[in-house]
Amino acid sequence: MKFKGKVWKFGADIDTDRIIPARYLNTSDPAELAKHCMEDEDPAFASKVRAGDIIVAEKNFGCGSSREHAPIAIKACGVACVIARSFARIFYRNSFNMGLPILESDEAVDAAGNGDVLEVDMDTGDIHNVTKGLKHKARPVPPFMQELIRAGGLMESIKKSGRVR
Amino acid sequence: MRRMTITEKILAAHAGVKEVVPGDLINARVDIALGNDITAPIAIHEFKKAGATRVYNRNRVVLVPDHFTPNKDIKSANQCKILKEFAIEHKLTHYYEGGEVGVEHALLPEKGVVAPGDLVIGADSHTCTYGALGAFATGVGSTDLAAVMITGELWFKVPESMKFVFKGKLRKWVSGKDLILHIIGDIGVDGALYKAMEFTGKPIESLSMDSRMAMCNMAIEAGAKSGIIAPDKITKAYVDKRAERPYKFYSSDPNAAYSDVIEYDCSKIEPKVACPHLPENIKNVSEIKNIPIDQVVIGSCTNGRIEDLAVAARVLKGKTVAKHVRLIVIPATPHIYNEAMKKGYFGIFLKAGAVISPPTCGPCLGGHMGILAAGERAVATTNRNFIGRMGDVKSEVYLANPAVAAASAVKGRIAHPDEVVRS
Repeated sequence: MKFKGKVWKFGADIDTDRIIPARYLNTSDPAELAKHCMEDEDPAFASKVRAGDIIVAEKNFGCGSSREHAPIAIKACGVACVIARSFARIFYRNSFNMGLPILESDEAVDAAGNGDVLEVDMDTGDIHNVTKGLKHKARPVPPFMQELIRAGGLMESIKKSGRVR
Repeated sequence: MRRMTITEKILAAHAGVKEVVPGDLINARVDIALGNDITAPIAIHEFKKAGATRVYNRNRVVLVPDHFTPNKDIKSANQCKILKEFAIEHKLTHYYEGGEVGVEHALLPEKGVVAPGDLVIGADSHTCTYGALGAFATGVGSTDLAAVMITGELWFKVPESMKFVFKGKLRKWVSGKDLILHIIGDIGVDGALYKAMEFTGKPIESLSMDSRMAMCNMAIEAGAKSGIIAPDKITKAYVDKRAERPYKFYSSDPNAAYSDVIEYDCSKIEPKVACPHLPENIKNVSEIKNIPIDQVVIGSCTNGRIEDLAVAARVLKGKTVAKHVRLIVIPATPHIYNEAMKKGYFGIFLKAGAVISPPTCGPCLGGHMGILAAGERAVATTNRNFIGRMGDVKSEVYLANPAVAAASAVKGRIAHPDEVVRS
């Protein structure tokens, strides 16, 4: 998987309430959730973001609630992937499970500014900041998670295991 | 044999192996899988999409519509209906609604649905509350819940454990809530990222179950995978009359390996307040001067239990809520509601000018039953003070224990309980 897109940069400890406020959790419709993605951080984000854009954030992205609506909202508003210094653990798990590509890289976060264009290769972890002419390497995705991705996500791997009754 | 922590022992037992080491990836048997009205609809959708027709065990899949209930609007009502229909179709033993439903993390221990030694997953981040019973309990997302509903198992990475050792005597008005706020203030909102927090020491051994639950509840607020307290005679007294299944007590081996061991002296810990907009922004209540408030919420999966209402009643007895302050008291379960009524707390609350809400998560997550307007400020016994958490993006939430919350309601500003109660 390769992506090329424009950076939307966010700070540290972006919690799931800012990614998708709880007042919109009375639905799980991705299109509806997408309209309010990052609303309390940047009210215009959902209308400005373009398909293929990339969220770059500081540490502990996605902290707080276990709501899978958070990665769903991000993916549904067109964001191709999220690069952060670190992710909160439930958000990390949820993203793999529902298919939002995420990578961890200190250097890429240090270098990227709002609006920079990045090329990301999910398979190799290569991040190319085209605007600044810099190349970074993301922390490798654990082999187990890579297997999960190759199997098509958690539910696909369970279906293949023949345990669905 | 490797010396293991309580967390490692529970995980090893559920993975069917003799020992585990932090970093190991295991497939473990899940005792209880929980979903609520926000997270379960997605799990049920995934369950159906996978072609599943049976849950792995109808006694072990638990659905608790507690967040936007009593149904706050048509959309929420439709979400709740998904849970109800699924529960009926699959004959789930543990589905609660109407006058039976309470805040999930208060309800499940109270009903004996979760027990010591269990491995519990819940599609709710505060599932870590059950660590107070000596269970391994962690929050996951809806897809993970769907996987467990089908298979009864889930993959886990064995976490490193962090040991928190408390010493000394608890000061007046200090509860489990203050101890966990103190820790979060010390290590930060990602200070225990991916780790298991183990709370130990003499003061913990004499802590009530309600206070232990408040502590483990907020482990997630330090980024942890779980929080746990070794079960003891206090745990036994609590679970013996409740547990619906045989349970098992685990404890950490002496000299088990920890990534960190951090000691705290309780004699130096005062009632705490977490200031906006992160639970790590901790101050002593006594340091906070003249912060006027508009609302006080006493409730939630952190502090909506009987001990919490008792201390609030103690502070509010014979007092009146300050003019222009809304005090909302939310007993976390129907049982707690009934207890509080029988003990006479409701009379005290009503006389003070409080509103008593039915059990619900409600305002904690800005759902309903007490939403803040722009510029309004609340003191809440809940667990998160993120931007916009209880309402408008320009509102503020200060987290505190129930005594501080009650005293603040009386004073109309953030206040120490000693300012209200003469000892």
